Amino acid sequence: MSSWLDYTINGLIVGNVYALVAVGLALIFGVSRLINFAQGSIYLVGAYIGWVAVVRLHTPLPLTIIVVAAAAAMVGLIIERFGLRPLQNSVRIAPLLATIGISFVLDQLVMLTFSPNPRALPSQLPDVRFQLGGGTIGPLDLLIAGVGLTSALLLFVFLRYTKLGWAVRATAQDRDAAMQMGVDVNRVNQAVFGIAAALGGVSGMLVGMYYNQIDTAMSLQATLKGVVAEVVGGAGNVPGAVIGSLLLGLVESYGVAVFGTSYRNLFAFLLLVVVLVLRPSGLFASARQAPPEPLTGTFIAPSRPVRIPRWALLVAAAAFAVLPFFPVSSYVLQTLINAWLLGMLALSLTLVAGTMGQVSLGHAALLAIGAYTSALLSLTLAVPVGLAVIGGGLMSAALGTLLISPSFRLRGHYVSIATLAIGEIVSLVILNWESVTRGPIGISGIPPLSLFGYDLISPFSVYWFSFAVMLVLALLQGRLLGSHLGRSFRAIRDDDIAARAYGLSLNRYKSLAFIFGGFAAGVSGGIAAHLYSYINHETFNTQQSILALTVVILGGLGNVVGAIVGSVALVGLPELFRIAAEYRILIYGIVLLLLVRFRPQGLLGTI
Amino acid sequence: MAEQHAPMLSLRGLTRRFGGLTAVDAIDLDLGKGELVSIIGPNGAGKTTLFNLVTGLDRPDDGAVRFEGQDITGLSPERLAAEGIARTFQLGRVFGNLSVMDNVLIGAHTRLRAVKPTVPVIGPLLELGLALLRPASVRAEEERLREEVKAILARFGERLLPRIDQPAYSLSYANRRRVEIARALALRPRLLLLDEPTAGMNPTETAEMQGLVAELKAEGLTILLIEHKLEMVMRLSDRVIVMDEGKKIAEGPGEEVRGDPKVIEAYLGHGLSGTTEQESAA
Repeated sequence: MSSWLDYTINGLIVGNVYALVAVGLALIFGVSRLINFAQGSIYLVGAYIGWVAVVRLHTPLPLTIIVVAAAAAMVGLIIERFGLRPLQNSVRIAPLLATIGISFVLDQLVMLTFSPNPRALPSQLPDVRFQLGGGTIGPLDLLIAGVGLTSALLLFVFLRYTKLGWAVRATAQDRDAAMQMGVDVNRVNQAVFGIAAALGGVSGMLVGMYYNQIDTAMSLQATLKGVVAEVVGGAGNVPGAVIGSLLLGLVESYGVAVFGTSYRNLFAFLLLVVVLVLRPSGLFASARQAPPEPLTGTFIAPSRPVRIPRWALLVAAAAFAVLPFFPVSSYVLQTLINAWLLGMLALSLTLVAGTMGQVSLGHAALLAIGAYTSALLSLTLAVPVGLAVIGGGLMSAALGTLLISPSFRLRGHYVSIATLAIGEIVSLVILNWESVTRGPIGISGIPPLSLFGYDLISPFSVYWFSFAVMLVLALLQGRLLGSHLGRSFRAIRDDDIAARAYGLSLNRYKSLAFIFGGFAAGVSGGIAAHLYSYINHETFNTQQSILALTVVILGGLGNVVGAIVGSVALVGLPELFRIAAEYRILIYGIVLLLLVRFRPQGLLGTI
Repeated sequence: MAEQHAPMLSLRGLTRRFGGLTAVDAIDLDLGKGELVSIIGPNGAGKTTLFNLVTGLDRPDDGAVRFEGQDITGLSPERLAAEGIARTFQLGRVFGNLSVMDNVLIGAHTRLRAVKPTVPVIGPLLELGLALLRPASVRAEEERLREEVKAILARFGERLLPRIDQPAYSLSYANRRRVEIARALALRPRLLLLDEPTAGMNPTETAEMQGLVAELKAEGLTILLIEHKLEMVMRLSDRVIVMDEGKKIAEGPGEEVRGDPKVIEAYLGHGLSGTTEQESAA
């Protein structure tokens, strides 16, 4: 069984690469209780710096590694100093959102500088294979293993025998006590971010050489894999992260051997879900840990929502309702239709992330589920479009809630990881389940919107339809917030332990929030499918998830009116200023960062 | 002692270890209906851990908790809240972004009936539907609870009522403690656990709180109290239990316990002999 040995070697090599990312994540989590979502972006930056060094500057390999490590460490230091340090004393959601924003800004910058097309990254090593037992091993495999082992050794020596290393370990154990003993926590953070970034950057370069290809999609994959490995090993546990990475590499490699390459990520996700369900504190955490410390701070920024008088809302709604009677171009109407569709998604996300405190990074998956369900219902079962859209909403509510349910017992960052993974998996399933979703070809010829047998084709009718649906969803959500469920959701967000002590079941109420939110997002996706008439697995992508998140932060977490105002602003303003599409996501990322830093409660305040 | 009838709460050999530290070490305790028992002891004696074990926030490694004759060891906090056990937290865990009214209404959550039908499987969906539709029965229930919350808040004089719509994060420390107690009362508890209700309060505020706890006791509520202010403990308690390093070192009427040499040593001796305090389990 020579191939099995090959798969094992491949798994261990890939695992070694994941380890470089995961160890950085574990170090950062250790000292600052933060999952650094920008770790994958640093990995991406590392890969492209490696490309510049190898292809343009023709540096020899050892110098390439040094250049990449140094440049990536620089990026890490900048992130720590300007992105995170100013947020040290802010609410817990702020650094989480900041690393998400930084990650999008970095990815976009790389994409704008180097174009999104894949590039080849030659390995600079002789292309020979050595026989090893029944399998083969190449010089690059050895290099990766060598880099992995050397880094592990250096890190061990650093943590164990240097003063700064002691400070890092002390801070990880008890940040407050370390500070009182005179440890400069800022320096510790700096050191940790620098090391994590250097490891991440080198890892990106090695992976680029291993597959002889780099592209901007690597970033998200790396974050996802690194975090899975880290969670498997136990958050903040450095040796655990290494073992978790090797395990992840092997699981993936064997999975690929049995089922094929396109299922690689599915195994990473399954491993994550299994670990989260069975051992949420990781494979190597002691079985019984001390109960979580009471957290006195709140998750979201305390603020009083801006009170908008009812008449003003009525006037605004009426103005938008009669807008098509005025001589406005269909371009304006089209832009607003997009805003209403985004508004529905933002309503969903503001409920889940704002009211319930579950920051979802894979919300576009709910759009996709709704869109595919509605499209397939109307195409293959000839269900009337109006009912099909509702069916899409219901499917999104049911499936979305089911998929996210393993993460209900987790907090903050882990929910974001789980939703990110679920978003990836949904698009993967859509791509691979060809008998139902038609795979990469996508679904075309989706019938247009219709209501009671009348097709809605003119911009006017589509405008009114989407506006009315959004308005109904907004009113329902407002009503929900005013009920006992609204206060229950917010209580769980503010302090889940106190909420449980007063009889609130986390599973029950998180499910209800995702059911309601999933419905709104699914309806939005369903309507979009019938508007576009063609959808594929890339129609609903991470770009929409991050856009919705920015909208929600802009409007104010949990704020229904804010979600709509934010949607109109973020869809309308780029159109108004004619900003090219490729710069938009960069701008959303920057807006997100600025908001987190300067106005965390958003325009209209959190609720 | 509650000699006449079976105890409402009884702990037998309750033990919780954290690594090498035994935070709660084979504690036995009986609490009769209507009794007020105080638990005192130096910081790190395991008092709060004991509360966590009784309210389901932590699971014991050993031993049993019985409440009204039922074994409730290791049940979830949600279940125990439904059984009528309410607690306040040492550090004051109010819901920061919720108004005073909403904070206290959460206390009444286990008493919602009209909006929370006890139907299996589709119960949560019915709850969502009823919350959106709000038929008359649901509105009436909500209205009734709101009136009740106002009545509870009125027990704190003018401290909370004028601030009923303010978010809890804007309240003073003492007022947050009051909101916590109001929230616990809204559950209509059969057993109330108060974890240092007067921590951080000035003498006037402490006297007020003492008056309120005395009232609750007079109304027949069964109370387990953790408190450092000994004068309050002596005035209110039927019995006092002294814990040190996870163990029960004394139990009895206040005056008797106060003179116990072991208790005096626990409070003074460690400091003098320089033993390290285990703050982590406080």
